[in-house]
Amino acid sequence: MELDALLRSLEATRFATAIRESESLFPWVESIHVLAITLVVGSIAIVDLRLMGFASRERSVARLTADVLPCTWVAFGVAAISGALLFSSNAFDYAHNSYFQAKFVCLVLAGLNMSIFHLFIGEDIEGKGMRIAGAASLLLWICIVTCGRWTGFTIHASPLLS
Amino acid sequence: MRTPALDKFCTWLEETPLSQAIQGAGWVVPSVQTIHILAIAAVMASVLMLALRLAGIVWRDQPLPLVYRRFRPVIWWSLPVLLATGIVMIIGEPARSLANPVFQLKMALLVSAIVVTLLPFRNRLIAIVSMALWVGIVFAGRWIAYY
Repeated sequence: MELDALLRSLEATRFATAIRESESLFPWVESIHVLAITLVVGSIAIVDLRLMGFASRERSVARLTADVLPCTWVAFGVAAISGALLFSSNAFDYAHNSYFQAKFVCLVLAGLNMSIFHLFIGEDIEGKGMRIAGAASLLLWICIVTCGRWTGFTIHASPLLS
Repeated sequence: MRTPALDKFCTWLEETPLSQAIQGAGWVVPSVQTIHILAIAAVMASVLMLALRLAGIVWRDQPLPLVYRRFRPVIWWSLPVLLATGIVMIIGEPARSLANPVFQLKMALLVSAIVVTLLPFRNRLIAIVSMALWVGIVFAGRWIAYY
């Protein structure tokens, strides 16, 4: 399959090989990935809880997102780059891991949920739509963390992870 | 730090029925780790928001005590969750954790972070130290698996 060949050639790149063969590079990149994920999920949860009406109700959604979402995006950028590096080190196995695939489905759904909220609901109309968007986002991000952790336990080529 | 008494305790703990049950059920450790990471996410975002508020970058329209009241309880309430899930991981794999120098470092950082959280959150130095300690805790947490 063409995609598999592409995955193999990604594994053969210099940085992927370096991460795979070094004893400490993978854990360092992984630590950065986990740190970034905690900041992404934690900051999104602040927004989601506001959308659901559970916390920070004294502030408008627009104000809150203006404060919080820039942090989320920076952390997301770090998580994406570190995640891509981890992926490259073992691209074939990750791409064929069902938890990893499920994680990406959830990421896409979280992105769609966010787009639908911005395009069709917006930050100004408090109500059912806003609460559903917040709940969906929180649920999806919990799934993303769950699938991410299970990926580490089910990927064969990293016996170090246990 | 690794003493004969600690090794003996780990061996004993490993053979208890509870530890055996956790080891036997493969889903327990990843599930508990997931909850552990989610609780850490709540702590990290709260510490970050407090630090950024002190630096005058976010939540500037609200007085500091109010922001403090919004986020400090999140840190406190996450701690029992982290403790409970952490204990399950320790019981499941005692030697991997208790006798591990990285785990011991993590616990030292955790005690420091709790002390810092008890201090009045009034200056930037405390904000920076607190953030640095929690980042250290996250890093040490991941490195336990590799030592």
